[in-house]
Amino acid sequence: MEVQSSIGLSHFLFISVTLFSLGLFAVVTRKNAVMILMGVELILNASMINFVAFSRFGNLGVNGHIMTLFVIVVAAAEAAIALAIVLNIYKNFTTVNVDEINSLKD
Amino acid sequence: MQQFPFLTLITFLPILGMIAVLALPNTSEKLMKYITIGVSAGQVVLAGIMWSLFNFSLPGISNESSLQFVEKFTWINIQGGSWIGTIKIDYFLGLDGLSMPMVILSAIVTLIAGISSWNIDKSVKGYFALFLLLNTGMMGVFVALDFFLFYIFWELMLLPMYFLIGIWGGKNREYAAIKFFLYTLFGSVFILLSMIALYLSTQEMYNGTKVFTFNLIAMANSANFTQDGILSMTNPSNLRLFAFILLFIGFAIKIPMFPFHTWLPDAHVEAPTPISVILAGVLLKLGGYGILRINYAIFPDITKTVFWWIALFGMINIIYGAYAAMAQKDFKKLIAYSSISHMGYVLLGMAALNTIGISGAILQMFNHGTITAMLFLIVGVIYDRAHTRGLDEFGGLATKMPIYTGFVTVAFFAAIGLPGLSGFISESFVFLGAFSQDSIRIITVISTLGILLGAGYMLWTMQRIYLGPFNERWSEFKDLDARELLMLIPLTAIIFILGVNPSLLLNMMNTSVNAMVDLINHSPMK
Amino acid sequence: MNEIQMLYFALIAMFLPLVGFVITLFTGKKLKYAYIFETTIITITFILSVILLLNKVTTFIDYRFGYALDVALVWAGNWITLPNPITGNPTIIELGIKFDNLAAIMLFVVSTVSMLVHYFSIAYMHNDPRFNRFFAYLGLFTFSMFGIVLTHNLLMMYMFWELVGLSSYLLIGFWFEKKSASDASKKAFIVNRVGDLGMFAGVMIIFLTYGTFTFDKVFAAINSGVLPFNSDFWLTVTGLLLFAGAIGKSAQFPLHVWLPDAMEGPTPVSALIHAATMVAAGVYLIARIFPMLTADALLAIAIIGALSSIIPATIAITQNDIKKVLAYSTISQLGYMVLALGVGAFNYAFFHLVTHAFFKAGLFLGSGSVIHGMHHEQDIREMGGLRKKMPITYYTFLFFTLAISGVPLTSGFLSKDGVLAGTLAFGMLTGHYLFTVIGFFVAFLTATYMFRLVILTFHGKPRNLHKYDHAHESPYLMTIPLIVLALLTTFIFYTANPIAGHSGWFLKDWVNTPQTVAPESSRFDFMISEAKTYDQQIEAGKHHVIHSEEYTHTMHTAEAISMVLSLAIGGIGILLAFSIFQWKKISLDPLPKWMVPIHRFSYNKWYFDELYDVIAVQPTLLLARFLAWFDRTIVDGVVNGVATITRAFSMVIGWIDTNIVDGLVNFSAKLADWFGYLFRKTQTGSVQTYIVYAIVSLIIAFVLLVTI
Repeated sequence: MEVQSSIGLSHFLFISVTLFSLGLFAVVTRKNAVMILMGVELILNASMINFVAFSRFGNLGVNGHIMTLFVIVVAAAEAAIALAIVLNIYKNFTTVNVDEINSLKD
Repeated sequence: MQQFPFLTLITFLPILGMIAVLALPNTSEKLMKYITIGVSAGQVVLAGIMWSLFNFSLPGISNESSLQFVEKFTWINIQGGSWIGTIKIDYFLGLDGLSMPMVILSAIVTLIAGISSWNIDKSVKGYFALFLLLNTGMMGVFVALDFFLFYIFWELMLLPMYFLIGIWGGKNREYAAIKFFLYTLFGSVFILLSMIALYLSTQEMYNGTKVFTFNLIAMANSANFTQDGILSMTNPSNLRLFAFILLFIGFAIKIPMFPFHTWLPDAHVEAPTPISVILAGVLLKLGGYGILRINYAIFPDITKTVFWWIALFGMINIIYGAYAAMAQKDFKKLIAYSSISHMGYVLLGMAALNTIGISGAILQMFNHGTITAMLFLIVGVIYDRAHTRGLDEFGGLATKMPIYTGFVTVAFFAAIGLPGLSGFISESFVFLGAFSQDSIRIITVISTLGILLGAGYMLWTMQRIYLGPFNERWSEFKDLDARELLMLIPLTAIIFILGVNPSLLLNMMNTSVNAMVDLINHSPMK
Repeated sequence: MNEIQMLYFALIAMFLPLVGFVITLFTGKKLKYAYIFETTIITITFILSVILLLNKVTTFIDYRFGYALDVALVWAGNWITLPNPITGNPTIIELGIKFDNLAAIMLFVVSTVSMLVHYFSIAYMHNDPRFNRFFAYLGLFTFSMFGIVLTHNLLMMYMFWELVGLSSYLLIGFWFEKKSASDASKKAFIVNRVGDLGMFAGVMIIFLTYGTFTFDKVFAAINSGVLPFNSDFWLTVTGLLLFAGAIGKSAQFPLHVWLPDAMEGPTPVSALIHAATMVAAGVYLIARIFPMLTADALLAIAIIGALSSIIPATIAITQNDIKKVLAYSTISQLGYMVLALGVGAFNYAFFHLVTHAFFKAGLFLGSGSVIHGMHHEQDIREMGGLRKKMPITYYTFLFFTLAISGVPLTSGFLSKDGVLAGTLAFGMLTGHYLFTVIGFFVAFLTATYMFRLVILTFHGKPRNLHKYDHAHESPYLMTIPLIVLALLTTFIFYTANPIAGHSGWFLKDWVNTPQTVAPESSRFDFMISEAKTYDQQIEAGKHHVIHSEEYTHTMHTAEAISMVLSLAIGGIGILLAFSIFQWKKISLDPLPKWMVPIHRFSYNKWYFDELYDVIAVQPTLLLARFLAWFDRTIVDGVVNGVATITRAFSMVIGWIDTNIVDGLVNFSAKLADWFGYLFRKTQTGSVQTYIVYAIVSLIIAFVLLVTI
């Protein structure tokens, strides 16, 4: 197979890593639970980009697309449940600051 | 031959009494006293019956078939497999001429002590329960012929004695009780060591195989020692001597032999009168009995080599005890030291290694038991009245208490060894026997000084307490009451009877003593 | 009477006083007249003893061997038999009595004096609160003394020896409320015990060597050549050890100190025990063992006897207590007897024992009568002139004094003369004239101090008028015994010829010197008889067989010389006493300067008590105190020290246990705790931290996977 485009797998992967890193950074550093959720979405998006990229350049084939669709659905469901949890947390702790919600420690 | 279990009965009768005493409510103190005295009286009767059935011509000592009143059952029997072998401990009781006089003595002295306990008024129940337990222990030591059983009884005695001194004693009772207990326990450890060594060196036939044994009579037969046992006759090392010394120290503490004697004055001074009576009358005899039964019979070869030392310590006891007694200011302490002096005669007589000497030693044990019991009762009489025992605080009691002084005179002169009273025969026998043994002749001659010193401190005491001008401080004193007479008269009678007719006891032990002497004479020389 | 009856009667006589003792002791408190029972018993005993004596000396003549086994009147039985089938060598201890002339005479002497003392005491002790007990004790004493007299073996001798010691103790201390009396009784018993130690050692050697205590068997064995440790020397030692008992009992030098103190006892006791009988037991013991004494032993005995006769004599001369004077004179006279035995004059020694028993008992009872009459005054400086107030006492006392001074017609003259003759003959034969000189010098001193006593007590003017006015003659119960004793002090009971004792029946027929059995190498030459065997002795005649012809001749000469000499010396002594104390020809007031230290030395009894206090009593007490201290501090100190060390050690162990051993355990727990604390820090509870951990772990895992 001839590679004509100057945009190759590595570019996709670079984007994906960047997105993943940004997401991870958000998950680890943000104090607001909603922001963390957004970080999680970024990580999911990074994975989706990977899937798509590997389906285009690798030998995943159509499976990559299908997985991406699944991930989109899971991400939507996840976002719904997570937001519900955040709402409940807010109800119980009157905050969504994860630093203050450390009752796991006990 | 199954026969009436006299020995079990005489040994465990007090335990039955103890159970009865414990079962009674605290309030029925009189009944407890009656039970105790009744038990002791029963023992005396049993001892009397055994005496009448006793065959004087059977030696015992190292010959199991000539023991009397034997009761032998396997008690503990553990099949330890090939590595340990069979551990077998027998319930083995029996009498011979060595133990019979001691059983009689023990029964009599305990009865007297029981009567003397009448005015105990502090936690009566505990006292009499312990007293009865002590009684079993003492009797058991004299009748047990299995070393393990012997040791159990030996230790069994300690506990009640500790409490009897420690709870019912005088001012400094805890110190005395602990001292007594630890000292004796210290000796027991030695005995235990030697016991185990002996156990691992002797075997007897059991169900067709040879098994290790605790049988004291079997141990006294040198054929039963294994060839390669640590204490076997053929073992060239000095282990036999070492075991002998360990056992000897264990028993010497009980006698008590210088320098292991210092528990005695403390224990005596602090103990209540009946316990002093038992202590002097019976407990000290256990040491002498142990030496004869175990050291002499099981180690005749060692005995033959060390008797000079035994005689030397006997001499030291006699002289040292007498001098120490002379300087005492407390009546009871003086009697305690005189006890040490008189027990020296026992050691000296044993060291004679001949019939007359060993007979004298056993007789001296019996006589010392009765005489010293009487002396302690005598101290008790004035202590009950005056609550002091200082020798210099009295004077002229003979004026006020003539009957009492009469008994005192008998007891004192018996202790001095006046002919016609029992002490004379035993002391003479000891001296005659020891003098016949060449190498301890000089020791014997020096020991006779004890006769003089004995007269010195006894008569001085007599003078300070009973003679001289009457001390008006004690003008309230009454002469003896019926209970005191009941205690003193039998002892006085024994002292007179044995003084005039010592053959009563001598015949009983003669065959056994001859066998013992024979055993020693025919043992191989190292 | 046949032999068996004789022996039974002797046994009855012996045990009757014991019966009297027991019954009187137990009934004495209730029955006021218990003493009558005891006195009756003693009277019966006396009658028995008279019958026995007469029968013995008339019908059953003693055999001269003195130790012959087959012919003596012996009743014996085994007391203790210890058979030994293994060695076939049984131990047998015999008790028994031997009734020879010696025993018969002593039985008579003891029962006579005892009976008279009983009668005397009824009057003398009549106000005493323990009146009956006194008689009981007298009975016990009489029994014990009979035991000594009759025994045929050494062990029984030793036993009764101790029993008389007991009765002596009880009687000296009879008035025990007095400190001095209880002191004296204690001293008597203990000093006697010193001698008894020696005696017991002798008994042990005898038993070791011969396996028996019986005199006759021992003598027979010695005669056949069996000696202790196979040497003459040890035979000598054995004899001397047995003699040590006699030194104690007979108050011989150096153990004489107890007898003067024993005068604290009631005077009848002094008469019976400390003058006539018990103190003579020592002499009797030597007489009993006489055959086995070697020449060396006899010489040593003679030396002790001589010292014991002269030392107390020099003390007696300055004493002021009537009983003390008599006590010292008793020691001196006992010394005479021991001396006589030592020089081989056996029969004279025993003769003197008998005569002395009567006249010294008389002197003591006489002094008792004086003390009674003077209301318990004993100091002769407070007396004087009592002759008129107490005539019977005076004349009997005077007669006894004549006897002790050796004036003819008295028994004392005969026996004392014999003793002196014995020393003289011994001197002539062996050259040891010192004994003779001492003997005669003591005779002189005796006459002097005894007459000093008589003169100061009975003659002259009363020195204490108050006491003199209240003095009175004693009742008949007291004076009749004196008269009886005075009669017994006349020569007629012993010999028909008042100046030749040796020809009288007492010495000729009744008392015979036993044959010595000591090996020939260690006998005195003059003791070796020409008649060696029993049959030869029978042939040689009844008398003088133990001594050689030479001795018999020498003795004849000596008797003649000494009679004259002793009369002269006795006379000088009496004259001296009269000239100083009666006629005051020689003035001793004030004492001449050169005599003052001598007087002080004598008056203080040669400082024996002080000496013994310094060399024996105080060191003993000091040693006792030291050993008691040693016991408490060192021996018990070691015990307590061991306890303390053990406790200190246990405290160290305890510290180690809590701080090190347990510390380790706690440390491990602490460590775990610390780690836990550390790890807890990671559990922030913040989800993000956990995520970081997860990521970091992933990265590490990834890196590891890649690198490996």
